[in-house]
Amino acid sequence: MRFNQYDPGDFYDELFVEKGRPREAAIPLVDRVNSLPEGELEHRQKAAEVALFKMGVTFNVYSDGQGTERIMPFDLIPRIVSAQEWAVLEKGLKQRVQALNLFLQDIYNDRKIIKDKVIPWDLVESATGYLKPCEGLNPPGGVWCHITGTDLVRDKDGQWYVLEDNLRCPSGVSYVLENRRVMKTTFPQVFQTMEIQPVDDYAGRLLETLLNLAPPTLTDPTVVVLTPGIYNSAYFEHSFLAQQMGVELVEGRDLVVADGYLQMRTTKGLQRVDVIYRRIDDIFIDPTVFRSDSLLGIPGLMEVYRSGRVALANALGTGIADDKVIYSFVPEMIRYYLGEDPILQNVPTYLCWVEQQQQHILANLDKLVVKAANESGGYGMLVGPHATPEQRQEFAHRIQASPRNYIAQPTLCLSRVPTLIEGQFEGCHVDLRPYILYGKDIYVNPGGLTRVALRRGSLVVNSSQGGGTKDTWVLAH
Amino acid sequence: MLSRVADSIYWLNRYVERAENIARFIDVNLNLLLDSSLGEAQQWEPLVLTSGDLSLFRERYGEATAETVIQFFTFDSGYDNSILSCLRSARENARSVREIISSEMWERVNDFYLMVQEAARTQHPHQWFEFFNNVKLTSHLFAGVMDATMTHNEGWHFGQMGRLLERADKTARILDVKYFILLPSLRDVGSTLDELQWIALLKSASAYEMYRKVQHRISPSGVAQFLILEREFPRSIQFCLTRAEQSLHHITGTPLSTWRSPVERTLGRLRSDLDYLLIEDIIQLGLHEFLDKLQRQMNDVGNKTFETFFALQPVS
Repeated sequence: MRFNQYDPGDFYDELFVEKGRPREAAIPLVDRVNSLPEGELEHRQKAAEVALFKMGVTFNVYSDGQGTERIMPFDLIPRIVSAQEWAVLEKGLKQRVQALNLFLQDIYNDRKIIKDKVIPWDLVESATGYLKPCEGLNPPGGVWCHITGTDLVRDKDGQWYVLEDNLRCPSGVSYVLENRRVMKTTFPQVFQTMEIQPVDDYAGRLLETLLNLAPPTLTDPTVVVLTPGIYNSAYFEHSFLAQQMGVELVEGRDLVVADGYLQMRTTKGLQRVDVIYRRIDDIFIDPTVFRSDSLLGIPGLMEVYRSGRVALANALGTGIADDKVIYSFVPEMIRYYLGEDPILQNVPTYLCWVEQQQQHILANLDKLVVKAANESGGYGMLVGPHATPEQRQEFAHRIQASPRNYIAQPTLCLSRVPTLIEGQFEGCHVDLRPYILYGKDIYVNPGGLTRVALRRGSLVVNSSQGGGTKDTWVLAH
Repeated sequence: MLSRVADSIYWLNRYVERAENIARFIDVNLNLLLDSSLGEAQQWEPLVLTSGDLSLFRERYGEATAETVIQFFTFDSGYDNSILSCLRSARENARSVREIISSEMWERVNDFYLMVQEAARTQHPHQWFEFFNNVKLTSHLFAGVMDATMTHNEGWHFGQMGRLLERADKTARILDVKYFILLPSLRDVGSTLDELQWIALLKSASAYEMYRKVQHRISPSGVAQFLILEREFPRSIQFCLTRAEQSLHHITGTPLSTWRSPVERTLGRLRSDLDYLLIEDIIQLGLHEFLDKLQRQMNDVGNKTFETFFALQPVS
């Protein structure tokens, strides 16, 4: 298998400038792959898949009723990000996360940004992610979002954009860590020649971030990871992170509110819990405050949380900033709170809620991507250029019926990375989700999850829609 | 340790041991069948009867034959105590504590489940002996892997308790099967057939060779004595209860021969009863009556384990 025949075509390719000419940062990798004997790359690809399955890096498939696990499809050819490029992304992400946290603290307390007419209150109040019970909350240090997984994409002209912020329970970081482990055994020589920034200290940093949330008077705070349970598709990750941090993995039924504290049921009696890394959505976390039919949550948790006797990461209510209408205001937030220009651009976003913009959207449905404001994971979406006239018609109706709930963006042509498909390299579209931790200060894990659309020509990279992953190499120099 | 986690490790081991013992039940019966002049129903129905699920069986299958009973106990996914169901439950429990147990343990129990699932799909009667033997071996493999790869901590001791209590219960049931088969034909007592039946019984508990080393002659009271009271044989009830009690005291930290929780008292009392019991006392009481009472007491130990460690309720 050689790169000689690979043609990036009329796309932005992360590894190649043009056919036969790799980007400078990718040269050692391309040389190494080209030097492998015939069949060796496929062999290593298989070995990597076996290794991932054995490590249990799986997600659950429900359809067959047997509770089988599969590995997330994984491709050996990594995405490479140069040190210069990463420096900009890192700075931009820090700026964005800081502004978003200031926004969350403000919107649930003083609402200065509303009073100063930067964002209309209607839009905040009508967002499903806005949680009234969180008004007046004051999380430790004023930080609401401790773990962020921002989705970045690169358009045809090489320009980076922020696609989504994912401030609730972003998943996928376990793939970053496990993919790297596999890649180090697959291309050890390449790792020796290229200076690739390590990602391994993520779990340690995460634990540090969580410990930082406990009151300083506690010498040995108890941190737990809260999972919905083994049937959740990301259960492997919950279990993996708990194991890597050396903390308990708990389910809602393990926890109980007693004596004004959150406690877990142990074989030696109740034991106090100080910090929860929750991987359950806000609205399921306390049935007495949010969804009363939730069996996953802990009755009374909200009251303990409000009184500051337990810390949550992320804080409740962060979903407001995941609303795609609110997202369109993030550049304004950065200017408003930080007095700086945004380093990372938003994808240009049209709001159906604004009359003129709606007209533009309806007239250009065949060119735009329409998204529901509150959905994620590639659901509730219309990719205009690939849709049938009937589908467009249906979305036009939906938009007119509830304009607040839809936004539209130009169809980006996501950058591509060569990917091993049926014995040859094909360019596949990718995005990038770096993970950002906000404890004492903001840390961006150098790398992130590169998700790849494995269906030919597809732009949808979500694992639920036929996507896979690649390792992401951020170079040190 | 989280109560739920302890509970899962306990049941993981109980279910694996239960699957093994079901395989033993059926194995002993298949063995007996080859040498016996009894009718098929007489041979298989007592097996279902000792499981306590006879009415459920009749409802689902009607008549007890080798095929129906084996189907019921082995592959019936709608029956909670079939080998297939046990392994599904074992696997679910293992999956929920994967970050606590060793990955080797997870792999073993996962493979175990897949093996039985595959057998359920293909089902070749001529492979029955081999299949039941595989179930026994794989259960041993799991226990060995757990012993060699998991820290012998609190969780491990909960696992031991689960395995040993299950084994003691099932050894009692295996003996009880014999009692039921004997009932209709007391004239066979002391005959060649009778001796063959006792040998088959010992073999199904992997006890035949070890028994010979201690007792030489096969006698009903000798076999009962060995399977109930032999202190050094790892499938005897006495052995299981003694080891389970040791694990229990490892968990609680209470010195042996004393108690602080109801489960310590119940298990300690049961074990010390057996310590001073003679087989003659048991025969006099009636083997079936004795085993019946013993099983109820062991159930009580199980319930009290649940109450003490797993079903913690905050004081309101």
